Amino acid sequence: MGAQGIGNNREPVIAVADLTMAYGSFVLQRDLTFTVNRGDIFIIMGGSGCGKSTLLRHMVGLKEPARGRVLYEGVDFWEADPAQRDAIMRRIGILYQSGALFSSMTLGQNVALPLREYTDQSEEEIQELVSLKLALVGLAGFEDYYPSEISGGMKKRAGLARAMALDPDVLFFDEPSAGLDPISAKLLDDLILELRESLGATIVVVTHELASIFAIGNNSVFLDADAKTMIASGDPKVLLAECKDPTVHRFLTRGVEKAAP
Amino acid sequence: MPTEPRLEISRTDGDSLLVLLSGNWRMGSRLPSSEEIRRHLQDGSVRRIILKEGAELEWDSVLLTFLNRVAATCSEQGVAISTENLPDGARRLLALASAVPERKGARRSAAKEGFLYLIGDNVLQFRQAAGEMLDFIGEVSIAVGRLIRGQARFPRTEFMTVLQQCGADTLPVVSLISLLVGLILAFVGAVQLRVFGAQIYVASLVGIAIVRVMGAIMTGIIVAGRTGAAFAAELGTMQVNEEIDALQTMGIPPMEFLVLPRMLALALMMPLLCLYADLMGILGGLLVGIGMLNLNTLEYFNMTRESVTLTNVWIGLVHSAVFGVLVALAGCLRGIQCGRSASAVGNATTSAVVTGIVSIIVATAIITIICDALGI
Ligand SMILES: Nc1ncnc2c1ncn2[C@@H]1O[C@H](COP(=O)(O)OP(=O)(O)OP(=O)(O)O)[C@@H](O)[C@H]1O
Ligand SMILES: [Mg+2]
Repeated sequence: MGAQGIGNNREPVIAVADLTMAYGSFVLQRDLTFTVNRGDIFIIMGGSGCGKSTLLRHMVGLKEPARGRVLYEGVDFWEADPAQRDAIMRRIGILYQSGALFSSMTLGQNVALPLREYTDQSEEEIQELVSLKLALVGLAGFEDYYPSEISGGMKKRAGLARAMALDPDVLFFDEPSAGLDPISAKLLDDLILELRESLGATIVVVTHELASIFAIGNNSVFLDADAKTMIASGDPKVLLAECKDPTVHRFLTRGVEKAAP
Repeated sequence: MPTEPRLEISRTDGDSLLVLLSGNWRMGSRLPSSEEIRRHLQDGSVRRIILKEGAELEWDSVLLTFLNRVAATCSEQGVAISTENLPDGARRLLALASAVPERKGARRSAAKEGFLYLIGDNVLQFRQAAGEMLDFIGEVSIAVGRLIRGQARFPRTEFMTVLQQCGADTLPVVSLISLLVGLILAFVGAVQLRVFGAQIYVASLVGIAIVRVMGAIMTGIIVAGRTGAAFAAELGTMQVNEEIDALQTMGIPPMEFLVLPRMLALALMMPLLCLYADLMGILGGLLVGIGMLNLNTLEYFNMTRESVTLTNVWIGLVHSAVFGVLVALAGCLRGIQCGRSASAVGNATTSAVVTGIVSIIVATAIITIICDALGI
């Protein structure tokens, strides 16, 4: 049971095929091909500016690929009709790199918004769900605060609470632990693992935190800005042990070369 | 097949209450009320509640909120609660939710304020707002003083951009509006003057009205709605993104870097726009004169030249320079005062336009009274 058990039943949720990402004529990455399976905690890694957030935007349907496809359980997102796209979008929750909280709503209202839109829960139940989600990210009692009144790390966590408001099947987190203290970051890792274990969520995480990459990840891609494509993929722990590519190795060891074991 | 969430409550031996949860506890299903459990606790004989996973239990966060509710009821009644027989995942998530205790003093109580309190609060806020406005005007004056003495930073490129935005880019809308206002004035005047056969005085009417105040007011209002609003939105967004804080900590006073170039650009551009508006307004009058009153162009031109004195032109230009400063001040003031949210930027923009237009009208009244006193 546990991490391996769930990660191994190899039922693809998202398949990215031959994806080329570009802003205008500026090609960021090309020929990206990988699969995220149900129950995976899938890590997207790479140096700053290599296109991780952009890849996330492609995977959640915010940006159309220059070439290639993004498949959700076999359905091509960009070929699908609007109703299908809506259904796909409904099943995913996203934490943006900058939080993207609605600045004129309180944290409680931010988390309640998707619940109000998409469920017919009573007002009391919505409030309870909001409190629960905020408590899960360590923000119990902060319902009535505005985003401008809380710290950067708290904004991150509030964004996380909003992303998981609807208990989505697939969660995308863009640098969830950036700006968090080590203890909160650890709690966040526990939460991510628990969301996968208990609710069966599939989770795609962009992160630089080596500790959490190894603690939670069971699959990954490594994007490289110079090669303009993915140069490694697979379980990060296996990559650390076996990947020969010097860039990947430097990344996973923070540039501290250890003598071969 | 998902079914309704079900709650089965039974007394077991001794002082325990067994609560069996089964069915579909997911979002969208009608949750049973926890009142039922409370009713069983009423007689005080129950010392312990055992929650147990029943048949076909499917769950998501909704179950967790229900469990929280039951836990709250229990702690209120001093009853122990045992969750050992619930799904492991649910227990771990609940443990995570209580891993970080609520920070003391974090929760806010939304106290309802009385009517008198609200009035008093508004008055105090008004006083504070007036103080802030005076502060702002004072700071701007100091910045202007430093600029004159050559001590202020002055961002030349920013200044040029603003010049273009509030000058050349505004021409089309100014053309249209002032042409139409000239036309309307001539039209309204023509109907009356024709009765006396004094059609030719339409030229005087339109000329004096447009050149002396209307041209300035029309451009003032256009610029308040266009450029003043843009200033407020721009500075407000900078406030939201902490850009203004960044300037301050770099030792660059926002007054000199942001407010001065905008104010000077508008004060410079407004008189030019006003002159142009005057011209377009007179042209509008001329169109009516020719088209409706059968005047000829030369006649109209001569009449206009006779009746519109240079003093009128100066007064119009003074109006517009003052308006330029007022609109820029209103826009920048509201932008700098802006709060840290999207709706605050919206409010700042609205408030900038309202403040701009109100101050234009008030300033017109004051200048008119002064002119009257001076006999010009
Ligand atoms: N809207 C845009 N238009 C043009 N180029 C863009 C745009 N957004 C991002 N880029 C470029 O795409 C590249 C990748 O950006 P992206 O935000 O995906 O990086 P990232 O891998 O998430 O970096 P980080 O780890 O710093 O967040 C950058 O070089 C950036 O300059
Ligand atoms: Mg990024």
